[in-house]
Amino acid sequence: MLDFYREFILDHYRHPRNKGELPDADISHEEHNPVCGDRIHMDIKLENDHIADIKWHGEGCTISQASASILSEMVKGKSVEEVRHLSKEELLEQLGMETLTPARIKCALLSLKVLKAGLYGLTSWPDEEDEWN
Amino acid sequence: MYNIEAIRQQFPVLQRRVHGKPLVYLDSAATSQKPLAVIEAMDRYYREYNANVHRGVHTLSEEATAAYEGARKRIARFINARSPRELIYTRNATEAINLVAATWGRTNLTPNDAVLITEMEHHSNIVPWQLLRDQIGFELRVVPVTDDGYLDMEAFDRLLDERVKLVAVTHMSNVLGTINPIAEIARKAHAVGALVLVDGAQSVPHMPVDVQALDIDFLAFSAHKMAGPTGIGALWARRDLLEAMPPYMGGGDMIALVTLERSTWADLPYKFEAGTPAIAEAVGFGAAVDFLSALGMENIRAHEIEITEYALEALSEVPGLRLLGPRKAADKGGVAAFVLDGVHPHDIASILDAEGVAVRAGHHCAQPLMQRYNVPATTRASFYVYTTREEIDRLVEALHVVRKVFA
Repeated sequence: MLDFYREFILDHYRHPRNKGELPDADISHEEHNPVCGDRIHMDIKLENDHIADIKWHGEGCTISQASASILSEMVKGKSVEEVRHLSKEELLEQLGMETLTPARIKCALLSLKVLKAGLYGLTSWPDEEDEWN
Repeated sequence: MYNIEAIRQQFPVLQRRVHGKPLVYLDSAATSQKPLAVIEAMDRYYREYNANVHRGVHTLSEEATAAYEGARKRIARFINARSPRELIYTRNATEAINLVAATWGRTNLTPNDAVLITEMEHHSNIVPWQLLRDQIGFELRVVPVTDDGYLDMEAFDRLLDERVKLVAVTHMSNVLGTINPIAEIARKAHAVGALVLVDGAQSVPHMPVDVQALDIDFLAFSAHKMAGPTGIGALWARRDLLEAMPPYMGGGDMIALVTLERSTWADLPYKFEAGTPAIAEAVGFGAAVDFLSALGMENIRAHEIEITEYALEALSEVPGLRLLGPRKAADKGGVAAFVLDGVHPHDIASILDAEGVAVRAGHHCAQPLMQRYNVPATTRASFYVYTTREEIDRLVEALHVVRKVFA
């Protein structure tokens, strides 16, 4: 069995945290992964430039959904500026998925893409900001 | 140190004999020969990791995708693109030009506009604009060439005005060999608000080409003329232009979301790459660029100037032979097109073939240029990284055989 299908990940997949919608969200954003069709929608409520509340919903593989669940826990209560500096490496480390292959890394980073695109309009994938790498 | 023998060892086909004589391959402007590095890279793809790209999770698909995208990055660097996303794989330079005509051209050109081409264009940079002109009704203007084979820049200045929206010009003529002043053309075109498309099919394989230094907008080139495989080429374009252009072909791999009512497009470069691409060919293209980069484009250019100088000198001593195009090797690529009094180019090419010498005879997909110089066809010898002085000597000897047959 691959090491990333651990109980920690499966638990977030089966019992996703912060799943749902925020009708009075300040920021509402959705992105897809065209490669496999994964979809994640995020609603964010801001207070004093901090993420007061975050809800997400979507569908996709274990990695993409668990990643959204874990990311929502990581950023809740954080300032927008802190989230701007949240790197893909930090998220992957939190997921315990530092060794994902290029195709699956998109699954893990879709949630971060949605979050950053919604918050400050990032248009590229978090792993493609340096296009020559 | 340019070790010509070591380079020739890399090209298996150069070892063969034709009609019992060692092959002298002087048709690289039509298609170059392929080094072992390219042949083996493509062979390795099929033997070890053949799989479709982009959608796969399995190991072979990951490896194929990494090789396909890695080649794109190396090709993009080779022409100094700002980003690999500006590099679109096409079938060849012809398809790259047609892509620009069908997307940028169809969206941006109106009956009030003009497109400026030149008399020394290959058919691939004439016909797409004629087809589009017939649909849209813009004016197609043509810059003439001078008697000695240069672009008439005075006429260019006269023909370039605010109505011109695109200048489509070859970097290096496939017949005359003339290297056109692209940076100057781009500067003048931009001053009147026109974009510049450069046909780099002959220049990219033979000399350093830097899209940023030239300050151009589109560049088309083919792998098979630069030691790579047939079936793949590239369009480079400025990113803002590519982002504004509609897709070329619809299908898989070029979409973001598809419903039965409408679709949205994938990010660059995939928006322009519908369907399963030429994966092995892309791998081979990348290997070709590595091969040329290792030799050094400056070194290749210097070698070809030396060979061309030698060839122009030797050919000009053949009685009854008339060369077309610039006589200064530094002004042209490794091409010598000529006519021989009283002998049709097809007959020349046949007799040369019997002597083991491969040249091209015909209009070289540049019929307007043949009309300009009032010749039905020409014989063309063209050179590359592996061409030697001894091969030029063999060409001249074979031409003396031709003269004897028709004496």
